[in-house]
Amino acid sequence: MEFSEHIKTANVEDVVLRRPFHPPMQGTLCVTGHHLLFSNRDGDSSRLVLLLLRNIDAIEKSVENLLGYSSLFSSTGQSQRPSVSSGTITLKCKDLCVLQLDIPGMEECLNIARSIEYLSSLDIVSDMYPFFYRPLKLSLQDQWGLSSPEQNYAQMEELQDRWRLSHVNKDYSVCPSYPPAVIVPHSIDDETLVKVAKFRQGGRFPVLCYYHRKNGMVIMRSSQPLTGANRKRCREDELLLQAVIDGSGLGYIIDTRSNQQAQQARMTGGGFESKSSYSCWKRLHRQLERGKVLQESLIKLVEACGDHSHSVDRWLSKLENSKWLSHVHTALATAGLLAECVERDGHSVLVHGSEGTDATLLVSSLAQLILDPNTRTLDGFLGLLEREWLLAGHPFQHRCAHSAYSHARLRLEAPVFVLLLDCVWQLARQFPLAMGFSEPLLLRLAREVYASDYGTFLCNSDQERCAAGVKERTHCLFQFLLKPSEREHYSNPLYEPTELAIWPSIQPQSLQLWRGLFLRWTQHAVHLEKAQEELRNLVIECRGAS
Amino acid sequence: MSFLFEIQVEEVKLLDRYTAKKPAIGTLYLTATHLIFVETSCNTRKETWMLHHLIATVEKLPLTAMGCPLHISCKNFHVAHFVISSERDCQNVHQSLVRLSQPGKVEELYAFLYNPKQDEDERRNGWGFIDSAMDFKRMGLPNEFWEMTDLNKNYELCSTYHSELGIPKTASKGTVFGSAKFRSRGRIPTLSYYHKESNAAICRCSQPLSGLSARCVEDEEMLQAISRANPKSTFMYVVDTRPKLNAMANRAAGKGYENEDNYSNICFQFVGIENIHVMRNSLQKLLEVCAMKSPTMSDYLTGLENSGWLRHIKAVMDAGVFLAKAVAEDKASVLVHCSDGWDRTAQVCSLASILLDPFYRTIKGLMVLIEKEWISMGHKFTQRCGHVDGDPKEVSPVFTQFIECLWNLMEQYPCGFEYNEKYLLEIHNHVYSCQFGNFIGNCQREREEMRLYERTFSVWPFLWENRHQYRNPLHKCSLGREVLRPSTLPLNFKFWCGMYNHFDKGMQPKQSILDHLLTITQKKAEGEKKMTDLQIQLAVMDGVLADQGSPTGTPPEQTSLSPVSVSHTAENAKPLMNGAAVEEAEIELVPTAGSEKMEPVLFPWRSNMSEEGQSSSEITTEAVKLVA
Repeated sequence: MEFSEHIKTANVEDVVLRRPFHPPMQGTLCVTGHHLLFSNRDGDSSRLVLLLLRNIDAIEKSVENLLGYSSLFSSTGQSQRPSVSSGTITLKCKDLCVLQLDIPGMEECLNIARSIEYLSSLDIVSDMYPFFYRPLKLSLQDQWGLSSPEQNYAQMEELQDRWRLSHVNKDYSVCPSYPPAVIVPHSIDDETLVKVAKFRQGGRFPVLCYYHRKNGMVIMRSSQPLTGANRKRCREDELLLQAVIDGSGLGYIIDTRSNQQAQQARMTGGGFESKSSYSCWKRLHRQLERGKVLQESLIKLVEACGDHSHSVDRWLSKLENSKWLSHVHTALATAGLLAECVERDGHSVLVHGSEGTDATLLVSSLAQLILDPNTRTLDGFLGLLEREWLLAGHPFQHRCAHSAYSHARLRLEAPVFVLLLDCVWQLARQFPLAMGFSEPLLLRLAREVYASDYGTFLCNSDQERCAAGVKERTHCLFQFLLKPSEREHYSNPLYEPTELAIWPSIQPQSLQLWRGLFLRWTQHAVHLEKAQEELRNLVIECRGAS
Repeated sequence: MSFLFEIQVEEVKLLDRYTAKKPAIGTLYLTATHLIFVETSCNTRKETWMLHHLIATVEKLPLTAMGCPLHISCKNFHVAHFVISSERDCQNVHQSLVRLSQPGKVEELYAFLYNPKQDEDERRNGWGFIDSAMDFKRMGLPNEFWEMTDLNKNYELCSTYHSELGIPKTASKGTVFGSAKFRSRGRIPTLSYYHKESNAAICRCSQPLSGLSARCVEDEEMLQAISRANPKSTFMYVVDTRPKLNAMANRAAGKGYENEDNYSNICFQFVGIENIHVMRNSLQKLLEVCAMKSPTMSDYLTGLENSGWLRHIKAVMDAGVFLAKAVAEDKASVLVHCSDGWDRTAQVCSLASILLDPFYRTIKGLMVLIEKEWISMGHKFTQRCGHVDGDPKEVSPVFTQFIECLWNLMEQYPCGFEYNEKYLLEIHNHVYSCQFGNFIGNCQREREEMRLYERTFSVWPFLWENRHQYRNPLHKCSLGREVLRPSTLPLNFKFWCGMYNHFDKGMQPKQSILDHLLTITQKKAEGEKKMTDLQIQLAVMDGVLADQGSPTGTPPEQTSLSPVSVSHTAENAKPLMNGAAVEEAEIELVPTAGSEKMEPVLFPWRSNMSEEGQSSSEITTEAVKLVA
C-alpha cells in the first residue's frame, strides 16, 4: 500500500490511551493506512480499540523534552528508551469524542501525529476505507441501495396518469447532481426539460419529490431560476410549473432565502419566480441558514457543550449565541408550513433556495416525515434519505469533510444533514410512538456521515458514486442497517403506526438540545442509554405476556 | 359540593394563548369553589375547571372589539384568556373571582368544604397514614448516638418545630434550651437525616444570633454533641445556604453565622442560594418568558437566561449534592441553616436525603420526606403559597424549586425513581389547591390549633390510592442503596415545560411514553392476576381449598378442565369464574394462607411440574405473594 510512505513509525509500546467512560489504558499503538489500533494485553484478556482515521477531525500535540539533549547523547546504544521525552496527542473526533494518547518518545509522537494528520484527510475517494472494508458477513454482490427511481415510480400508481418518469438525465448530462431518472409532469417532454435545466442553477429543474395521496397535491424541488439582473424569462420553465398545478389553480413556492437574499441573487445571475411571469404561484420566503453560517453554528454549539467551566447564565448565553436551536426551529417551522400548504390548504408546493441541494432537501424531507406515514418506518426513513439526499445530490463529501473541531479553513463544509437528524429527533421526541426507528439510528447516521466503513455517504452525487465505482466496490450502509441482526437495535420498540400527519410544536419551549448527540460522551448519556435499554426490555416483556 | 352557580355567562370566548387559532366559545360558570368553562362550540363536551384558590391573579383588560378580556393565571401555572362580550358581565366575574380567590381566613379554604364521603375513622386513619416519627425509627433511632426527645411537646422550645425532635444523646436539656436561645426563633440544631452506613448525620437549624461578636456556650456544646455523635469523623461541616453577603448583613442585625474560632472542629461553608424575594422575582420573569406569544428561539433563550431561574435551581441542587457528598464520601456530619431554616434549609436537606437514601425515591418515601422536612419542620406553606390574603412579600416558590430539582434528578436517572413526573405535578398541585389539609398552616402548632386533623382530610391516602398512575415503569429497584451523584453542569438543567406549560397541551409531546408504558404494564399485571386467580380456582376445584370454603360453599361448576391440561396452556387460559367470586375466595384465603408452608397445599400439581422449569415456579411464587 502506498500509505506506508506516510507511516514513519508504525508501532509504539507503552502508550497510554485516555477516553470517555474508561480508565486510562496502557498498551501498544499501531498506525495503519486507515486506522489507529490500540491493543492492551492485561494478563489473559486483551483489548483492542480501533479508531478510523477518517473520524479524526483535529489533532493537537504537545511534546515534553525537558532533558532532550542529554537523552539524545546518553541513550544511543541503550536498549531502554529514555522516558524523559514524551508527547501527548489529543484526538478530537468527528463523532465529538475526544481521546488522548500519551506516547513515550518525542520522535515517535511527532511521527505518529504526522501520519494521522496526513491519513485522516485523504481526499481521493478510492483511497478511502470503504474500498478496503471487507467483512466476512457481507458480500459485494449484495444489492447496493434500497431502491431505484424506477422502482419508486412503479410503486406510486396513483400518480402515473399525470406524472411520468423521464430518463432525460440518463448520462447525467442535463443535471450532473440528479439521478438518471426523475419524475416530471406527463405533458412536459424531455426537450422542454433540457431547456428548463438551462434556466435553473446547476441544471436542477423542478422535479417531483412527494405525491400526497389524500388530495393529489405534490411537493416539487429545484434550484433557483437564472433570471439574473435583466429578469430573464423561460417559457418552458413557466410551462412546467403550469403543468404541475394544472387544474388546481394555485401553487406555492417556498423560497428558503429571505426576500432580500433572493433579490440580491439576481446580481449574480440567480433569482426567483416573479409574480408577473408565474401568476398562479405565490412565493413565500423563509430564511434558512446554510454553508458557513451553519458550520460555525455547530462549532460554537460543540464548543459550548465541551466547556464545563461556566455558569448557567453563561451556558444559556452560549447556547443562544450558537444559534443551533434557532436553525432547528426555522427548519421545522418551514417544513410545517410546507406540509400545511399541501395537507390543509390543498396546494402543490415548489421548494428551492439557491442551489437546491441543502436547505431545500432539509425542508422537503421533513415535510414528508410530517405528512407521510411510509417515511416513518425504519425502511421508509432510510428510503427517504436515499431518495432525498443521496440521489437528490446533497454534496456529502463537501459538506462533511470536517466537523466541529477542525482547525482547517472552512471551505464547503456545512452540517445540513446533522441538522436534519436533529429535527427528526425533535419530531420523534414529540411523537415517541409514531416513528419506526430509534434514536440510536439517528446517532449512528450522524457518525457514519462523517466517517464510515461503508460507501454510502462517499462522493457528492450519484454520478460521482458511479464513476468511482462506489456501488461495486463498497458496501451499502442502509442495506446493512436493515439486516435482521441490526434491525432490532434500530427499531423503536414503542412504534405504533399512524396514518395521521404529525404536526410538531415549534414553540421554543417544545424544542430541546439533542443531548444524545451533543452530550454523547458525558455520563448523562450513559444513564439515558440504560433507560432506553430498560424500556426496550420492558416493552418486549409486556408483549410476551399479552 | 354545591352546584348553585353564583354567576353564569354565555357566549364567552376562550382564546388560545399562543396561536391565532379560532377561540373556543362556551359558557362560564362560577360555583362556590370553581370556575368552570363549558365549551359549546364543539361536539364533545369539553370542560375547563379552575379552583378559585388556585387563582393567583385575575386581570380585567380594557374593552376591545371582541369584548372584554379577562386574564386569569393560576398558581399551578394554568393560564386562561377569556373574552366576555359584555363589560358588565366581565366586571361581575372579575369582582367575584377577586373575592373568591383571596379568602381572608384560612377557614374559607376549600379543604374545609371538601368532603370525599369518608367517615371519621377513615379520616383519622388517613391522617395517620404518614408518620414522620416512624422515619426516624427506620433510620435506626434511637441508637447509641441519637435519640428522640419530647422537649418540644408543648412547643415551648420552638414554636415552629414539630413536637418530637431528634437530638444527639449527649446533649443535655440545658444545652438544648441554651442553644435555642441563641438560634433565630429557637430553631435549634436537630436531626434531619441519619446515614446508617457512615454514622454521619444531616442536621438543620436557623442562623445563630452571633451578631458581631456574641457567642453561646450551650450552642457550641450542641454542635460538639452533634460532632461527637459521629465518632469516626474529626470534624463536621456547617453549611450556610445563603450568599456570604446576605449572611454578613445579618450580623449587623444581631444574627449571622458561626465563627469558626468559637466552635471546635467545624468546617464552615457558604453555598449561596438567593433569598425568597429574589426567587419570587425570578419566577415572575420566567413566567413572562412562558407567556411570550411567538418568541424566536433567541428571545426565549435570552429570556430564560435573564430570568436566572435555572441558575437558582442549580444553586439548590449544588448545595444538595454538597451535603450528600459530605455524608457519603467524607463521612462527616453536616449542620445546615439559612436565616430561619425553613426555606433553603428544607430544600437542601430534603434533596440530600433523596440523593442518599433510595427510600425517598419511592412513592411513599417522598410523602414521608415532605411530611418530615417541610410540613413538620415548619415550612410556612400558608404564607409561601399565599393561601390567604396576606403579605405578598412572603410568597415565594420555594417548594416549587424543590420539586423542580427533583424533576431534574429524575431526568438524569430515568430508572432511579419509583414515581414519575405526574406524581410531582400532582403533589405540587395539591400544595397550592388547599383541597386537603396537609399544606395549610405555617407550622405544626398552627395546624393543631386549627384542628385540621378533625376538619380536613389528608392528601397522602388519596395519592396512595391512585399510586398506579404515579408509577415509573422503568424504575429499577436493583439500583439498591446507591447514592446518586448527579452532574450539576449547567447544561444538565432544562426548562421544565411539563410544569410551566403543563396546561398548554400543544406544547407537550403529543404522545406520552409514560402513559404508553403505564398502559402496557397495567395490562401485563392484569394478565398475570388473571392467571393466578385461575390457579386459585383450580386449587379450589381440586378440593384442596374446599374445606376453607368458598363463600357460596359450592365449588365452581367447570370441571371439564383438568389441572394438568391447564398447566400447559396457562398462557391462554381464560377466567373461569366472575371476578367477584374470585376476590371473595381470596379474602377467605388470607388468614390461613400467609406463609410459605401453604405452597404445597395450594398447588398440589407443583411437584409434578417442578421439572418443567422456571416459568411454572415463577407463576406459583407470584400467586403466593399475591395471596400473602
